[in-house]
Amino acid sequence: MALTDQGPIDYKENIPPIIQENYGKWEYHEYPRPGVLKHVGPAGALYSIRVGTPRLLAVDSIRDFCELADKYCDGYLRFTTRQNVEFLTTKEENIEPIINEVNELGYSVGGTHNSMSSIVHTQGWVHCHTPATDASGIVKVVMDDLHEFFVEDKLPNKLHIAMACCLNMCGAAHCSDIAIVGVHRTAPRMDHDTIRRTTEIPSLVACCPTGAIRPDPTEKSVKVVEEKCMYCGNCYTMSPGMHILDAENDGIAIMVGGKVANARSNPEFSRMVIPFLPNTAPHWPETVAAIRNIVECWIEGAEPGERLGEWINRIGWERFFSVTGIPFNDKLIDDYIFSRESFRTSAAFKM
Amino acid sequence: MAEVGKTPLLDELENGPWPSFVKEIKRAAEKNEMSKDLLGQLERSYEEKIGHWKHGGIVGVKGYGGGVIGRYSDLPDEFPALREFHTMRVAAPSGWFYKTDTLRTICDIWERHGSGLTNMHGSTGDIILLGMTTEELQPTYDEFAEQGMDLGGSGSDLRSPSCCVGPARCEHACYDTLDACFDITNEFQDELHRPMWPYKSKIKFAGCANDCVAAQARADISVVGTWRDAIQVDQAAVAEYADGGLNIQKYVVDKCPTGCMAFDAEKKELTIDNPECSRCMHCINVMGKALKIGKERGATIMIGAKSTIVKSAFMSWVLVPFMPMEAPYDEFKELCNEIWDWWDENGKTRERLGETIYRLGMGKFLRDLGIEAVPQMVYKPRSNPYVFWQPEDF
Repeated sequence: MALTDQGPIDYKENIPPIIQENYGKWEYHEYPRPGVLKHVGPAGALYSIRVGTPRLLAVDSIRDFCELADKYCDGYLRFTTRQNVEFLTTKEENIEPIINEVNELGYSVGGTHNSMSSIVHTQGWVHCHTPATDASGIVKVVMDDLHEFFVEDKLPNKLHIAMACCLNMCGAAHCSDIAIVGVHRTAPRMDHDTIRRTTEIPSLVACCPTGAIRPDPTEKSVKVVEEKCMYCGNCYTMSPGMHILDAENDGIAIMVGGKVANARSNPEFSRMVIPFLPNTAPHWPETVAAIRNIVECWIEGAEPGERLGEWINRIGWERFFSVTGIPFNDKLIDDYIFSRESFRTSAAFKM
Repeated sequence: MAEVGKTPLLDELENGPWPSFVKEIKRAAEKNEMSKDLLGQLERSYEEKIGHWKHGGIVGVKGYGGGVIGRYSDLPDEFPALREFHTMRVAAPSGWFYKTDTLRTICDIWERHGSGLTNMHGSTGDIILLGMTTEELQPTYDEFAEQGMDLGGSGSDLRSPSCCVGPARCEHACYDTLDACFDITNEFQDELHRPMWPYKSKIKFAGCANDCVAAQARADISVVGTWRDAIQVDQAAVAEYADGGLNIQKYVVDKCPTGCMAFDAEKKELTIDNPECSRCMHCINVMGKALKIGKERGATIMIGAKSTIVKSAFMSWVLVPFMPMEAPYDEFKELCNEIWDWWDENGKTRERLGETIYRLGMGKFLRDLGIEAVPQMVYKPRSNPYVFWQPEDF
């Protein structure tokens, strides 16, 4: 039997010599051009050329990256938390040829400093069992539209967009400048036969966060109190007989203003500003237009250095809706668990 | 089986400046039937606007309960190569640094056994290998194991810890995130490979409060680097920034959330009232050549973050304001064990640590773990008088 519990491969065997020498001794970094970082330490400078990927990669594409890294980077590269590839070289003269070859392969260099980074996303229709929409496709059309903001660093600050294909919100989408979230809007349709065959009824009842699922002794199954369901799909994960996918009514919500960094202001959750957009594959024009509008209003209104949420906090949410022209409605007012803190308990606000 | 050239909707997504995932699937499909069928089934999803993957199913490799996620097509007759299309998670090196030899080894093994499609990487940080049959699981694992590689976490276990780039390429790293991640992941191999908890649990290592690995947003145990002495100031470099045209008053001092800085424009001198500094990183981010993190370094340990399902998203909150983070990380490991023991005993099925604490109260959690309450744990104290007094209070 094969060895178990060997743990991850050792990073120390996979980092280039310049990093071994400057490890823990880096002095500062600069942004020589969009998509390129220059880190300086006592042993010299390291240039990182950041390349956006679709995350879904064929092994032959990884081999293409390896070939480039062998040619220009002594056989070393790394990936980032946002699924970019970074080519690491000590030779400034290698930057230009790396960028050219990367572009020839069909990838873009960017995502540094005041730019938009790659969209962190989930599997969607490619490989998830609870998606309300696809992920890769929406990411593709939004990145196509906002491409200029990836390859140039001309935004007020960085822009982190994330895409989660259902209300689980995998991938830390809940703390992003803009979150694109797949939403279900109808209660699960029950397949009693499957529920009876495959499911522990008490666990299924217990898993519902709103208590909408009740035992149904006559069917030896469960029933759903539809008005209590908020369509999270937790029950579908517990039982394959609770069908939550709904081609007609599933779609997309947009949330904005979140961040993770503690710099200047505390980390923030993204807040819902558009409760539903239709699932118009393969181009999702409504989603693309909604995001571009928000990004353009932010660019127009923000002071240098303001993240999207910082701009909104400065002008106020009531002003955000008037500036963007996004209609406000009752669905944007929280009525789940932690609603009270979001109610405006001040008479001082903008008309 | 899907016919190549019959995917008009997906073909639309081969255009445009951003690299196309459709091209990637097609590239894998040139060599592999599973990827070819994936293209066909995905086109069907685009037509019908609905997913075609069935609910999971328990599959795995010998000795492990996690690391593999079962996946089956609900259209197996039309796309027979997707009848079984499981995911394998392979543990990635700290910081996602690779020698090309390492990557080629992974590619070669994967091409022999599965679809040839990957995610580099999944959100948790593992190398994701998408699409393999049940029969191929063990031989694939065996080959990875022979190469000294291992699987990541899945299910109700410790998910693969991950870290920011840290001291490998960042001057802000307050501790060695790569070493901490590697060492601590190795310490908890049993917890990672054999699901035994109420639900998943995550540890993420961020080297500073910029939190480039989103630890505070998603990790049950978030380790955020910090210092407890003073920001190091190089006044000559401050003057250089001023001479270079940076408006230090407007973009540094006025943006400081605690107002602990002052800039003398005449002398070009920056002063910091360090005890009032909240170590948010803003000034250091803007003036990295002049301002450096302090010398007495460690981390703030925060707990409870998770994504939305089911009781809303939680962000981590402060448990230990400052802990030194030096190998062998005994204090941290001991704390993890105590936290998990408590959660294992008190948590309900599919309840994350933060939700259990929210349900039972931070007071009970602190009392049970014997941790003293400090004001750094909250933004503000409670606004009601409904205290759960304990017998020992009388």
